[in-house]
Amino acid sequence: MSTHEVNVAVNGTPTATTVEARTLLVQLLRGPLGLTGTHVGCDTTNCGACTVLIDGEPVKSCTVLAVQADGSEVTTVEGLADGEQLAPVQEGFRQCHGLQCGFCTPGVLTTAAALLEQTPDPDEAQIRDYLDGCMCRCTGYQMIVDSVRWAAEHPADEEVAS
Amino acid sequence: MGLIGSPVVRKEDHRLITGQGTFTDDLVGPGTAVMRYVLSPHPHARVTAIDPAPALALDGVIAVHTVEDFGDYPDLPGPEPAARPVLARDRVRFHGEPVAVVLARSASIAADAIEAVEVTYEPLPAVPTLAEALAPDAVQLHELLPGNRLMDVPVDGDIEEALAAAPHRAELHLVNNRCAPTAIEPMTVLADWTGARLELHASFQAPHHLRNYLTEWLGIPQSHCRIVAPDVGGGFGSKIQWYPELFIAPLLSRWHGVAVRSVLTRSEALKLMYHGRAQEQDIEVGFDDEGRIHALKMLVTQDLGGYADVTGAGLPVLTTWMAAGCYRIPHVATGFRHVFTTTSPVSSYRGAGRPEATYAIERTIDLVADLTGVDAAEVRMRNFIPPDAFPFAQNTHEAVVYDSGDFPAALTKLLELMDYDTLKAEQAERREDPDAPLLGIGFSTWLEIAGFGPNGSLEGFGHLASWESVNLRILPDGTALVTSGTSPHGQGHQTMLAQIASDVLGIEVEAITVRHGDTDTVQQGTGTFGSRSVSTAGVGLHRAATAVAERARRIAAHLLEADPDAIVLSDGRFHRQADDEASVGWAEVATASFQPLQLPEGTPAGTLEEQVYQESPNFTYPSGAYGCVVEVDRDTGQVQVRSYVAVDDCGAVINPLIADGQVHGGMTQGIAQALYEHVRYDDDGHLLTETLEDYLVPTAPDIPRFVTGRADTPTPNNELGAKGIGESGAVGSPPAVVNAVIDTLSHLGVRALDMPVTPERVWTALNEAKAAR
Repeated sequence: MSTHEVNVAVNGTPTATTVEARTLLVQLLRGPLGLTGTHVGCDTTNCGACTVLIDGEPVKSCTVLAVQADGSEVTTVEGLADGEQLAPVQEGFRQCHGLQCGFCTPGVLTTAAALLEQTPDPDEAQIRDYLDGCMCRCTGYQMIVDSVRWAAEHPADEEVAS
Repeated sequence: MGLIGSPVVRKEDHRLITGQGTFTDDLVGPGTAVMRYVLSPHPHARVTAIDPAPALALDGVIAVHTVEDFGDYPDLPGPEPAARPVLARDRVRFHGEPVAVVLARSASIAADAIEAVEVTYEPLPAVPTLAEALAPDAVQLHELLPGNRLMDVPVDGDIEEALAAAPHRAELHLVNNRCAPTAIEPMTVLADWTGARLELHASFQAPHHLRNYLTEWLGIPQSHCRIVAPDVGGGFGSKIQWYPELFIAPLLSRWHGVAVRSVLTRSEALKLMYHGRAQEQDIEVGFDDEGRIHALKMLVTQDLGGYADVTGAGLPVLTTWMAAGCYRIPHVATGFRHVFTTTSPVSSYRGAGRPEATYAIERTIDLVADLTGVDAAEVRMRNFIPPDAFPFAQNTHEAVVYDSGDFPAALTKLLELMDYDTLKAEQAERREDPDAPLLGIGFSTWLEIAGFGPNGSLEGFGHLASWESVNLRILPDGTALVTSGTSPHGQGHQTMLAQIASDVLGIEVEAITVRHGDTDTVQQGTGTFGSRSVSTAGVGLHRAATAVAERARRIAAHLLEADPDAIVLSDGRFHRQADDEASVGWAEVATASFQPLQLPEGTPAGTLEEQVYQESPNFTYPSGAYGCVVEVDRDTGQVQVRSYVAVDDCGAVINPLIADGQVHGGMTQGIAQALYEHVRYDDDGHLLTETLEDYLVPTAPDIPRFVTGRADTPTPNNELGAKGIGESGAVGSPPAVVNAVIDTLSHLGVRALDMPVTPERVWTALNEAKAAR
């Protein structure tokens, strides 16, 4: 199996890793890069737990080869907060009980962050439609929708009450 | 104080939303070897040869093991003589049963190695359905269990007379479709036995229960084993089974001197994690013109799969106990039989036996409504156990004594929230308009048995006991540490338990740390399942906190030179008396509690700690009234849930945010069972739903916004009044949905549809009914 050097800026930090050609992006993130927030819940690109942002677009990192991400900027759940300051979407999930076990949550959060970037004030149908690629077995989705709405109503520049 | 009942934001969340969770596979250290199974491609076959040589020849393969290598160890724990060997012994009994295990230096090498192991099979006929397994000439799965039966409990014959005496009589055959619980984190095990002690991390719902069994199986002292259930990515009843990797991974670690990791892929998990439901019911009901039920007979046929799981064998017991639901039925008789098929083993899935019972009685009630012409809500009202009849000894089994409820109030509230009269008028208009989608209204007024905690209730399922263990200690700075034997996987126990302790002690929720899931730090435990955590651990903690507060009051009185009986604990401070400025806080009292020179004579140091093994005097019986409104497309049979209303009675609510979340999640699983999910095998017994492409877990657009209401009647069983909420939504929902879909077609004479109610099934029923008219 051939090996390749992959250069990816992950959460703003440049990285260079030598990987086997068959290495998936999620394996690179969870393994050599030690970012275990991104999870794997299936092997057919259905569950969305592994969703990360590649150059701002939500992508299922179990279905991208690490070499395909070479030269790109990747944002994982670990990169959503600004230091100690949670992103609005993270705070929304806390305020509105948008998570239970938390296993799918990293993928839902990154997807929702991308939605809010593209559509800052989405309605319920837009939120449900955009999150179609994320399976959550715990919440029944309603509180996830409410969490995203909370984030839309509390953008980053506003003071967040804890 | 006053925190019980408050929507406190969860303590758990910050780690989980910042990617700092510690799920088992997040804890893998460098050098950890990877374990993978070689799976049988046949549902039923003799294994005649296994050649590991091609795999062992690969660089990085450490070992290949078959069942012979585990000859010093017993079969996996389970009902004899159908217990499952740790790996297939000579014969496989379901598609995907592991026949060998590979240990390799990396996941990619392991993936290559399982392909390289050469296994020779002689296929045998498969019996993937109950009907085939019960046929007189069916192939036998377990030699010592003829007829593919584990246990038969025949229906009591006395019921025939009561059925015959009823003015009307009807029959119903129901299929409770096989489901895959599908926690998003697949089963994961990380074993390290390279040192003197075994350390095992696992995605598991009951770590102490695992410790008890695993150490006995391995023949090692319990003190030489640490089990940790760290963050667990959902369970729903599917992470409490004796999966072979829990037993194999420690031995591989021991034998080969490496830490070992086992993570099922989703397609492996859909075969190897045990399924739920998979039950059929034959029902006969006797009733009169007013829709009053006189007699009910039910035979439950439980599919066990290829091997018997102890909880799987218990499912039909719970179904028969709950057969009469929330109704007063003069004559009830039930029986059950267990049947082996060449399918994945069946065990608990959220509700475990009670969703099946609810589906049976709630479908039966609607059948009686359809046959008598009495409104479905009214039939329920006429048969309800009245609110003044509690405690109510249900005539299904002597152990079943309902604690509390007000079923008419819950249904009345539901009808108001749904605006039932308006809906009925709209339905009538739709039926007249051939261009409009058909409208259906479905009810489920359900009741379940929960709060597994009475002595003897869990021992039959193989547990050490039925209590839950909780410990509360006040640290010298006045903060508190709680250790709980219930170990959550999303239910928010850290928050829920901290609220209960804070409510009694007045210590801030943030200053109360709750630990769980580690056999080294948590004294003992039973586990999280059966909607039991509040009514066992929560009640135990309430008692512990009450006892600790009383001892603290005496220390505070000594510090304040006051009368202990006059001391008032308010907002976390002990006041000399009510409205007295003179007070001491928890920090001063806690510090003093460790300093003998500051304590009243005769009071030893360290008394601000209490451990409770909390039992329950009775089960709890959460109940509710759920209403579903669906639209059916006349051309395609597509079902759309238009609205969904749930009125729950879980007794006292500790945290309404968490309680609603539990109900939402359960209802989503129940709606999914009714409309989407179905583990399917082909005629030859091969699993068709091998991936999440084929097994339809719903996503956000598939699920409606819920309306929830409450009709709580506190249970008299415990001082909190709490019944439990974890399974309610999943128990109550499937019949609400199916009754609604049948209601769209009932005017055409359609009386039955099986789950999942797919567009094809609806379209076929609609067109056959139209053709018959």
